[in-house]
Amino acid sequence: MSSETTPTSGPVKSTGLHLGDAEPGCRKVDPILVADGVTRTFGGLKAVDVAHVEIPRGAITALIGPNGAGKTTFFNLLTGFDKPDSGTWQFDGRSLAHVPAYRVARMGLIRTFQLTKSLGLLSVLDNMKLGAKDQTGENLFRSLLPFLWRKQEQEIEAKAVELLTRFKLDAKQHDYAASLSGGQRKLLEMARALMSDPTLVMLDEPMAGVNPALTQSLLDHILDLKTQGMTVLFVEHDMHMVRHIADWVVVMAEGRIVAEGDPHSVMQDQAVIDAYLGAHHDTDLGAAHTSNVEAVKELIDDEQ
Amino acid sequence: MIDWGSIFSNAAVELISPTTAAYALAALGLAVHFGYTGLLNFGQAGFMAIGAYGYAISVLTFGFPVWGAVLVGIGASIVFALILGIPTLRLRADYLAIVTIAAAEIVRLLFTTNTFVAVTGSANGLSEYKGGFRALNPLSFEGKAGFGPWMFSANDWWNIIVGWSVVILAVLFTWLLMRSPWGRVIKGIREDEDAVRALGKNVYSYKMQSLIIGGVFGTLAGMIFIMPRAVIPSAYATSLTFFIWAILLLGGAATILGPVLGSIVFWVLLSFFSGFIARAVEAGWFPISEVQAGQLRFILVGVAIMLLVIFRPQGLLGNKKEMSFVK
Ligand SMILES: Nc1ncnc2c1ncn2[C@@H]1O[C@H](COP(=O)(O)OP(=O)(O)OP(=O)(O)O)[C@@H](O)[C@H]1O
Ligand SMILES: [Mg+2]
Repeated sequence: MSSETTPTSGPVKSTGLHLGDAEPGCRKVDPILVADGVTRTFGGLKAVDVAHVEIPRGAITALIGPNGAGKTTFFNLLTGFDKPDSGTWQFDGRSLAHVPAYRVARMGLIRTFQLTKSLGLLSVLDNMKLGAKDQTGENLFRSLLPFLWRKQEQEIEAKAVELLTRFKLDAKQHDYAASLSGGQRKLLEMARALMSDPTLVMLDEPMAGVNPALTQSLLDHILDLKTQGMTVLFVEHDMHMVRHIADWVVVMAEGRIVAEGDPHSVMQDQAVIDAYLGAHHDTDLGAAHTSNVEAVKELIDDEQ
Repeated sequence: MIDWGSIFSNAAVELISPTTAAYALAALGLAVHFGYTGLLNFGQAGFMAIGAYGYAISVLTFGFPVWGAVLVGIGASIVFALILGIPTLRLRADYLAIVTIAAAEIVRLLFTTNTFVAVTGSANGLSEYKGGFRALNPLSFEGKAGFGPWMFSANDWWNIIVGWSVVILAVLFTWLLMRSPWGRVIKGIREDEDAVRALGKNVYSYKMQSLIIGGVFGTLAGMIFIMPRAVIPSAYATSLTFFIWAILLLGGAATILGPVLGSIVFWVLLSFFSGFIARAVEAGWFPISEVQAGQLRFILVGVAIMLLVIFRPQGLLGNKKEMSFVK
């Protein structure tokens, strides 16, 4: 299991994912998700304007970029939670344009939210069970006849308890999800997403608000998904994490993909530094940019 | 001197009256809508009116048998739920609230207007539709029978038996639903529908199913409601909806027996207060007229409900623990 890999040796990275040069929109050997010309405007603001991007299968891809770059909006568009002004995108070769969110999820593309959505007045266990797909008892008429779904319910429960144990939430299974801490809710949301055995998991800032002591175990969980054959696409601001687990990094700024590459080379890309500091960073280094400066410092520190 | 015996026995009659059963069933429908799914239906009176008129018009105008009239009422209420739900259930919860409150008023005004007087009886309403229902009554004794304060005619007993049987069946149905995976999805939608959508559930369809089920409960309640009385359009005003909401919150919104207990408490209290105030005014205890006294009982019930909401916000049967997480 990947949890045995120590930080010093580092997890095994997937390489050779792309064809040709590692430039924005470059082709992948085996893409699972392909987006073309996806745009979304809010009033006059072009929040997302992605000409072409491919997400490699079976790898961990990080989507990074400064605040307001359009990462969450892009997630919403891909998963059917928002409608683009234009564009097409395919998941596993099937077009997802105009497919409602719940159908996207049924196809095996499961997402989590930047602002955690735990179902507060359901128990932790019920939160988990809700994640399982193809449940007989979720049909109105069959739900009235428990003998039709009791066996499946037991299997789902066993699976839920197993996952909760893996995420160290099993002791909380009978509590209301509302009683969990912020970090525990992030864990619950991730565990719940796994109940349906997705092929692609999209995590929007899985680490935000998680105690550093938990971070390592979350990282291990994400690496674990890869060893189980899932594809992971995640948004994250923590550069250490990106560097540690991502096989591929896609950088967004002002709605566009500005750089792509493996975590080491992408950090040296001038476009990335520009994105984080603003293109006019020579003249305009206000207080608003301090956090971005921090992020870039982290990158440079890591490089050395 | 005040005749306490008659005040209490009148209150005891409400304990099992078919009207109490009708309100309990309508409130159970709201529990499915609001307590379990989070839908704000402020038009339960409209669903009840559709039940009442659907039954009465089917019998009087079309000569349908009892079962046919019941099916017409249920069918009409499903259509009504679809009309309300299709445009609003994709939107935020408040839109359904606005649309239902308006739609229920439209329904009431359509039944009140003179245009359809031949069918609806306009403001005078309808009567003489009870023959078929009474013909099914297996009880056939003269005068009154029963015990204690519960001495009723055969027709009254028939109303009580059928009314409460329907309530019991609806309670069992709801209980089965809410303990199933279907109920889990419904409760998830109440908490956060986007999260449920992200897990691959067709939220829109579930909300529609819930709207229809709770609406059909309201419609059946409307039919029970008209068996001991006539159909009068003014009975289906917005205040009826709010009494049913009061009963729901009294009993506990996300509970199955709460609406039943809430309805019993509501009607027993209302009867007790009205009996007490009427007698007290007669005895000269209060310096108010009898008309004013008729309104005072609602004020007292209102105060009782306010006290309950302050000291037991989860309702009589609600779960205390849930309240500590309500924002
Ligand atoms: N519903 C909306 N209405 C108007 N503007 C919006 C809306 N959602 C997002 N935006 C705008 O779109 C841009 C992109 O927002 P988005 O949430 O996608 O950024 P992000 O990359 O996820 O940022 P962060 O890292 O801070 O989460 C922002 O400028 C934001 O103000
Ligand atoms: Mg975001």
